[in-house]
Amino acid sequence: MTSQVQSQRTEPKGVRLPEYKTDGFYDELVDEQGRARPDAVELIRLLGSMPAGELSRRQRAIERALYKMGITFTVYGDSAGTEKIMPIDVVPRVVSSVLWHHIEAGLKQRIRALNRFLSDIYSEQAIVKDGIVPRVLIESASTFLPQCVGLKPFHDVWCHITGTDLVRDNTGAVYVLEDNLRCPSGVSYVLQNRLVMKKNFPQLFHASKVRPVGDYPARLYEMLQQMAPPHAEEPTVVVLTPGVFNSAYYEHSFLAQQMGVELVEGRDLAVVDDMVYMKTTYGLQRVDVIYRRIDDIFLDPEAFRRDSVLGVAGLMRAYRKGNVALANAPGTGIADDKVIYAYVPKMIRYYLGEEQILANVPTYVCFDDDQRQYVLEHLDELVVKSANESGGYGMLIGPHADDTERKVFAKRIQENPRNFIAQPTLALSRVPTVVGESLEGRHVDLRPYVLCGPKDVWVLPGGLTRVALRKGSLVVNSSQGGGSKDTWVAAGPGQAVVQV
Amino acid sequence: MLSRVAESIYWMGRQVERAENLARFLEVTHDLILDQPENLVDPWEPLIQVTADRELYDERHDRVTAEKVTHFLAFDDTYANSMLASLRQARANARAVRESVSSETFEQLNEFYHFVNDAAQQPSLRSPNDFFDAVRRIAIQWTGVLDSTMPRDIGWHFLNVGRLVERADKTSRILDVKYFNLLPRVDDVGTSVDDLQWSSLLYAISGFEAYRREIHTIDIEEVVNFFLFNKTFPRSVLFCIAGADWSLSEINEKSKSKTARNAAKTRMGELRHRLSHTQVKEVLAGGMHQFIDQLQTALNRIGGAMNEDYFSCLVAEPQA
Repeated sequence: MTSQVQSQRTEPKGVRLPEYKTDGFYDELVDEQGRARPDAVELIRLLGSMPAGELSRRQRAIERALYKMGITFTVYGDSAGTEKIMPIDVVPRVVSSVLWHHIEAGLKQRIRALNRFLSDIYSEQAIVKDGIVPRVLIESASTFLPQCVGLKPFHDVWCHITGTDLVRDNTGAVYVLEDNLRCPSGVSYVLQNRLVMKKNFPQLFHASKVRPVGDYPARLYEMLQQMAPPHAEEPTVVVLTPGVFNSAYYEHSFLAQQMGVELVEGRDLAVVDDMVYMKTTYGLQRVDVIYRRIDDIFLDPEAFRRDSVLGVAGLMRAYRKGNVALANAPGTGIADDKVIYAYVPKMIRYYLGEEQILANVPTYVCFDDDQRQYVLEHLDELVVKSANESGGYGMLIGPHADDTERKVFAKRIQENPRNFIAQPTLALSRVPTVVGESLEGRHVDLRPYVLCGPKDVWVLPGGLTRVALRKGSLVVNSSQGGGSKDTWVAAGPGQAVVQV
Repeated sequence: MLSRVAESIYWMGRQVERAENLARFLEVTHDLILDQPENLVDPWEPLIQVTADRELYDERHDRVTAEKVTHFLAFDDTYANSMLASLRQARANARAVRESVSSETFEQLNEFYHFVNDAAQQPSLRSPNDFFDAVRRIAIQWTGVLDSTMPRDIGWHFLNVGRLVERADKTSRILDVKYFNLLPRVDDVGTSVDDLQWSSLLYAISGFEAYRREIHTIDIEEVVNFFLFNKTFPRSVLFCIAGADWSLSEINEKSKSKTARNAAKTRMGELRHRLSHTQVKEVLAGGMHQFIDQLQTALNRIGGAMNEDYFSCLVAEPQA
């Protein structure tokens, strides 16, 4: 009897997950005392009441479904026949409607500022002349394309499609970790994750009010059409892919299929008299808008890399003449350079006269002598990143590295300070994740997707939650043992919810 | 439709059909062994003969055995026309045009490939008959998925031409198996052994029941006629050619092509006409093998014309 009374006193009321520990990290689904957060109550109640083994059974069912749908990576050459799925964890991540409101406002503000920056940096360069961003940073950036100076995309929109990486620290505060303004990928996983979750775990949705994500392809298509050159009455939109061997090929084909447009490769296109055509079974057909998933420098061997076989010769001529629209516009890479990233708060102030809604992670720019000195002295605490790499490559996580690795990075920083930034190692937030037969906390980030149209900016209510599946790991990239989760944005009053 | 996409879809259709027909070849041969007296001509030798890849087989094996031939035709990764390799290429093609076919189509093919690939990883087939029977069923499902989920747009028609051309070719080759089997054993003609062999051939094209309903008794002339010229059975050569001919007309109509490049359509029409006006007696008199040879040459020519007409879009003059 005594023990029962005691347990009532030490365990406050509320819905909770049995035997789940937050270990002092911020958890997205439960609070520090293990009680479900308000928008996750129904979910936690359901998870907590499941018979043993049920969760892992669902987990396996979902993995099988993905395998069957052919959403796989080839492990070593197709002929070996070994394929893996991109792991998805069955426990969703829930974002409250209030927090989402904040994130949405912050992302819209950020995209507006970045778009203004791109427009400015390829024309007046007022922000440089006014001494806000150092000229040398622009000129030394490999992603700044002199070929784009003086160009104006239709409606002055440069970054039509953005995927911004967000993280939360152990207080739950949201930070922008990275801007991805070139060819951000992953949105197909957002849509497919939702689809397989609905199919295999419908009862979860009955209890919760989740905002739908399924209209992304329609929104994307609409935005792309609006970006068409004025000559096109019924614009032809295509998706341009590097081809079937690209790791994001599945996404390219998925988006083309969902939008009902052609998926083309460079060899399917031809430029004749500065107009872009695709080669069809009945001759050449004009193309007006290209959602290109090829990096800038491979777009056009005439303008950029001569040895590129992925792009199409003359594309930039057609673009310059206004005969075709490209999304995103060539040249956007300068705005997601990790050094330029450190200046985004200043851009927001400069272009919009506003304070940033979503904070940057505090960033040391090694290009600055004092900051570099600090970085070199604190390598064991910091995360060091090179300016233009992604996918978790070219990165040092100080606290997890050994002395030799830190020395290598110190040398690289001193040799090329412009190319490095450093940030404090954040204690990323966690979400309960299926490990064996039980749930354990694993670190996550969040990549929402933003579409920038001629008049307004739209944020997909959801996003890709990437999860570091290895215990204690902070690296969420799929190439390095990461998986993903369905991301549930809780619906506010009057907002549409997912129907199963 | 993009030329590249049309080409991939056409080949995807052919490759799946090829895999299906290999299963039919192998199933019927395994059946033949079960049904035959011991003094029968070894049926494995002719099987290699009719696939026309004898040299490739000889490079890999010094003897012809049931197991070796089965492995070669079903699972040999290094042999481009094996069932596994055909399905792998078909899936690669499907992946390259995934956005142009229905999701169900891709998923069905993906499942088909995994089924055969998983079997290929096993040390040996426990029951070849069960396995090839299962393959045939999955292939029939694939046909059903295609036809019930894809709109009859240009893509479907290219696919249809691909599978029908391949099917016509393979139906004729199945008939050719008999030719090779029959040649050294003229004495068997008209015997029960002979009847059994002809019946197995009909089973191989899922045509035994249809044949029985129409003709009742096994008769060489009637069986050959059924294989080549039957107007209603979906795997007869004439039926396939008529279907492919129809699809090519639809393609040309839907393309609203101004530059009339229709060598493939012309040739297909000619072949259809010729088949409709040939009597089975003439075929047997002139030699069935020779007739089948000519048919295969005509099909190859049509394939070449498809390439010129649709798959290689020349960048000379943009359409006004």
